[in-house]
Amino acid sequence: MRVWGRILYGVLAAIGLVGFFLRFATGHQLAGYGSYVPWGLWVAAYIYFIGLSAGAFLLSALVYVFGVRKLEPIAPLALVVALASLLMALVTIWFDLGHMERFYYVYLRPNFRSMMAWMVWLYTAYGLLLLAELYYALRRHLPRYADRGGITGFLARFLVKGRKTPFTQEEIQRDEGITRVLGTIGVPLAIAFHGGVGALFGTVVAQDLWHSPIYPILFLTGALLSGGALMTAAYVFFWPRKDGEWRELSLLLGRIVLGLILFDLLLEWAEYSIPMWYGVGSEFKALWNTLFGPFWYVYWVFHILLGVVVPIWLLLAFGLRGQIGAVGLASFLVAFTFLAIRLNLVIPSLVHPKLEGLVNAYRDHRLVFAYLPTWFEWSVVVFSVVLGFTVTYILVCVLPVIEGKLLKEVA
Amino acid sequence: MNEVESRRAFLEKVASTVFAGMVLGGQPVKAGAEPSKVELPPRPPDGPILLELEYEDVLLRMQRDLERALNKGTTPKWVMVIDTRKCVGCHACTISCAVENKLPPGVVYRPVVEEQVGVYPQVTWKFLPRPCMQCDNPPCVPVCPVGATWKREDGIVEIDYDACIGCRYCLVSCPYQARTFDFGENWTQDTPGHGQMPYEELPTFEWGEVHVRKEGVAPGSPVGNARKCSFCLHRIEHGLLPQCVATCIGRATFFGDASDPESLVFQLIHQPNAMRLKEELGTEPRVYYLV
Repeated sequence: MRVWGRILYGVLAAIGLVGFFLRFATGHQLAGYGSYVPWGLWVAAYIYFIGLSAGAFLLSALVYVFGVRKLEPIAPLALVVALASLLMALVTIWFDLGHMERFYYVYLRPNFRSMMAWMVWLYTAYGLLLLAELYYALRRHLPRYADRGGITGFLARFLVKGRKTPFTQEEIQRDEGITRVLGTIGVPLAIAFHGGVGALFGTVVAQDLWHSPIYPILFLTGALLSGGALMTAAYVFFWPRKDGEWRELSLLLGRIVLGLILFDLLLEWAEYSIPMWYGVGSEFKALWNTLFGPFWYVYWVFHILLGVVVPIWLLLAFGLRGQIGAVGLASFLVAFTFLAIRLNLVIPSLVHPKLEGLVNAYRDHRLVFAYLPTWFEWSVVVFSVVLGFTVTYILVCVLPVIEGKLLKEVA
Repeated sequence: MNEVESRRAFLEKVASTVFAGMVLGGQPVKAGAEPSKVELPPRPPDGPILLELEYEDVLLRMQRDLERALNKGTTPKWVMVIDTRKCVGCHACTISCAVENKLPPGVVYRPVVEEQVGVYPQVTWKFLPRPCMQCDNPPCVPVCPVGATWKREDGIVEIDYDACIGCRYCLVSCPYQARTFDFGENWTQDTPGHGQMPYEELPTFEWGEVHVRKEGVAPGSPVGNARKCSFCLHRIEHGLLPQCVATCIGRATFFGDASDPESLVFQLIHQPNAMRLKEELGTEPRVYYLV
């Protein structure tokens, strides 16, 4: 299994590096989108990753802010996953820019009327907060590693300024207080930036399908579901000690995931049924295209079958009866297939023409109302995934993320 | 002479008599006189504006309007009017715009939307040229995260090519899909043995600036930018009409200062058959259509 994991990692890393270099060498020329469908896979992947980050962070907040002690073991890992997912999201959307070298203009000359500018500012605040919270959540364990060699010891010595004496109870309580304050600031921040991503789409009056007040709420629920499912799958499959506590917590996480699937489904029913009820209007056409258009399988197979029906069946029939593997598999399916929801959110609205007949007005391969991601676009997304996985792995290896134990020791 | 021939002879006689009467009754035309000096009957005082236009070349009228707008001392309010009844769908405006602004593949400012109406054999075509609407309430402006696009005082929605980060949020926000993205492609890039051709390296003068498209890694603007129709701002500021107006073979496109009651466009946009696209959105477009 380990060998296969390494081979898979190597293959994905090679694909990702090819995409990375092609992006810099050829710009956007190998991408499949155009001017009428100007956003594609990279934007969908960005909102998918940022949702994972917000979801993982809000899960950690249950521990640090709301004191849910049962979830305490996975709280530091949730912070690491939130950080890595944020990095994946930012890298993906950075690649999407026509002028990557000008990204800092958003700091130098922001337009605060733009939801996108708000997003960048909120991400920055959130990223700094994540780093600080992770530091104060883990600091108490670091003196134990100060004697070690390599990057682990260096990092431990650097972060606690060479201290080798254990933290006192008073200091630990103070750090917990700081973590609680940071988490408390982080909760509205996470709600703001991920609800804000929903608003980034929802405020666009030109796109009938997006222009809906339900979008910020839908995004938040999606974040909780996808981020929670990812954390659950990671906990079930990669947690070093498969003991009673692990079983109990896995079952709890499985119930949370099940509840979130059902709640997300309820919102999705509202999103689809209201514009489609009388069968007229541009939203109806776009949604019909989503359900029964050329890419119907993205909705029915990847989202409904693999992301809803199979996970619910796995959780109800096996997971909640004690088969933890089923909980992990169901959660993995939910987290993995959530990209299909994001693709169905971004693309169908754009492939619906805003002026009928425009597609025939000027024949050009960039001026069409159709879109299929190219291999180049997928390879860039793979790069982001590999980057996120690598960052997570390194942080888990060199920092006491899993209850103060190094992954190398416990693995 | 049979009956048919005698009838034809009679008609020829009548026709020649009528023609002679018309010539003798009108003003004699001197040999070698300039056609423009031919005196026309007086304009109908309150006739429809488009009937009036038959008495003067609209380009000359608009050129006078443009000069007056540029010299009046206050900011003009530029508008464009397109007479859909006169548009023949020749796409001259599309092509001349591409030439004027040196547009690469994937970038178009003024496509002409075509619609076939009816069922064969009762078929006709409708044409709808679609430049940037230069909305008074443009949805593309507030979305720009870096303020690289804004509404000028004269009504034109401008893009700063050196500030645009290429996020394409403005493209998805335009209800008219009037913005396109410059992917950095060239017309001859797939031709064996050719890179960028010399004509593709000629600068574009959009927005009164000089930009040269360069190939290669991390090329500068306008590659990687959102691009759009500027009403040929660089021409207007030098007293020239927008290229699409100047090249419209059917004289179906009009341009001028809507704050000047004497201007042609002022009179046209106040016609009862003037309308704008998607007015229900409240974008207040500055492009009017006569229908």
